[in-house]
Amino acid sequence: MNATAASPLVRLHRVDKRYPNGALALAGLDLAVGSDDFLALLGPSGCGKSTALRVLAGLLPPSAGRLQWAADLPEEVDGAPRLGFVFQEPALMPWARVADNVYLPLRLRGVSRDAAAEAVDDALRRVGLAGHADAWPRELSGGMRMRVSIARALVTRPRLLLLDEPFAALDEITRLRLNEDLLALRAEQGFAVVFVTHSVYESIYLAKRVAVMAARPGRVVAELPIDEPYPRLESFRTSARYNAHCIAVSQALRAAFEASRAGAAASA
Amino acid sequence: MRVRAGVPSGAEPARTNGHGRSAARAALRRLPPLMAVLVLLLGWEALVRLRGIPHYILPAPSLVARTLVERWDSLLPSLWFTLRLTLLALAAAVAGGVLLASAFVLSRRVERALYPLAVVLQVTPIVAIAPLILIYVQSTTAALLLCTWIVAFFPILANTLVGLRSADAHLRDLFRLYRATPLQRLQLLLVPSALPYFIAGLKIAGGLSLIAAVTAEMVAGAAGKETGLASRIFEASFRTDTPKMFAGLALLAATGVMIFWAFNALARMLLGRWHASQRD
Repeated sequence: MNATAASPLVRLHRVDKRYPNGALALAGLDLAVGSDDFLALLGPSGCGKSTALRVLAGLLPPSAGRLQWAADLPEEVDGAPRLGFVFQEPALMPWARVADNVYLPLRLRGVSRDAAAEAVDDALRRVGLAGHADAWPRELSGGMRMRVSIARALVTRPRLLLLDEPFAALDEITRLRLNEDLLALRAEQGFAVVFVTHSVYESIYLAKRVAVMAARPGRVVAELPIDEPYPRLESFRTSARYNAHCIAVSQALRAAFEASRAGAAASA
Repeated sequence: MRVRAGVPSGAEPARTNGHGRSAARAALRRLPPLMAVLVLLLGWEALVRLRGIPHYILPAPSLVARTLVERWDSLLPSLWFTLRLTLLALAAAVAGGVLLASAFVLSRRVERALYPLAVVLQVTPIVAIAPLILIYVQSTTAALLLCTWIVAFFPILANTLVGLRSADAHLRDLFRLYRATPLQRLQLLLVPSALPYFIAGLKIAGGLSLIAAVTAEMVAGAAGKETGLASRIFEASFRTDTPKMFAGLALLAATGVMIFWAFNALARMLLGRWHASQRD
């Protein structure tokens, strides 16, 4: 936490985001992400979690305030972008084989296929899809497609990985497995994570910090540290400490929900 | 565990394994339509012979076939003319439709200005425009080409436009995230996304351009050397040469079917491995 406050990798500084229709999606959002952080953004739908993530990615310009990266971190590290993004859907190119989908970020940066081959193989192996380089996306299950999407985001070795409710559409078992694998990948590669979710359990199992957001306008109303060591084992999910975190986060989420309703009533 | 068992790593193993069987199955699939055509022709032949219908009312298929062979010298150049007209107009329609769709995608203002004109051209029956075009354009062949082009180009334009706009929103974001150049965006995202739509437009335009080529020629009432199957059919009808009318019709139908098959084959070649439309 202290390291985070001292030298954040990236921060949102009093960011407002107003949509063309006048709706205020984010209001005065302050968010700092440390270089070793795992931040979960949790909140009711419409609270601006995804908007905040898109502002962080530079896909959406803030209406007011600033997006600020660490001064010593250029936009590209060794020719690769400093962040990776995993969407709600796998968003693979159906006309390209798995390996070509993973190769895409490097291809767009002008890396030749030969020079990229090792990185692509490595990324696929890390997500457990080593034997599927030549498969077509439509031949894969939903969980495998999401693994390809993660491999694509990590192939450039980014410093920050942004995930927007990536496992929401998957079945429970697949989701738990992907959660474990995400933590293992992070332990191996040491990237920071901002993870948008609407699942209390997912946020606690994964994150170092949970930022609870409320809607109308979108803002952070509570921040709860999950001071538990990594690796987090299966036993953590059934521990009393996990349970205590669940209660605390659920209460914060309930309060955020009430605050959102109050905001709606005030603006009505 | 991570790798789900039983999922082929490519489509090849499944295809090579069942190759012999799938060829047999394909042949079996073609059997019903072939049988239907055969039954129809035999019934027609029997009807004409048993009822003694005169050939100037309804010629038997065997007579149509004989006429095809005997009049081949007159029919072949006409077929070639119609086919060339159709394919040239189609090629021009592809060029025009794709270029205009690209311009529309690049600029909403251009689209707002020109799209209504394209719609007006499309909804006005070609039979009604053709006489005017024949007045204004000196060369009959050029006039026919223009008429056919007008009909064929709209499906290409409309479909390519939808296709270019239908690229996945997340993939668009991804291309922005990695700072793709406009050329990369076009080559790696927009063209592959638009391809299935373009091909659907091509199939429609292929059939329409043959219809338009024949219609325009009939309206033009052209005579002489530079004429197509429409003129042969007209001439035959003036002489009550019904077998030759049928022979001309048979050639037109065969041409249409061939265009249809060719574009289906093209669709399989370009989309077969990945697009949902090509699954059995």
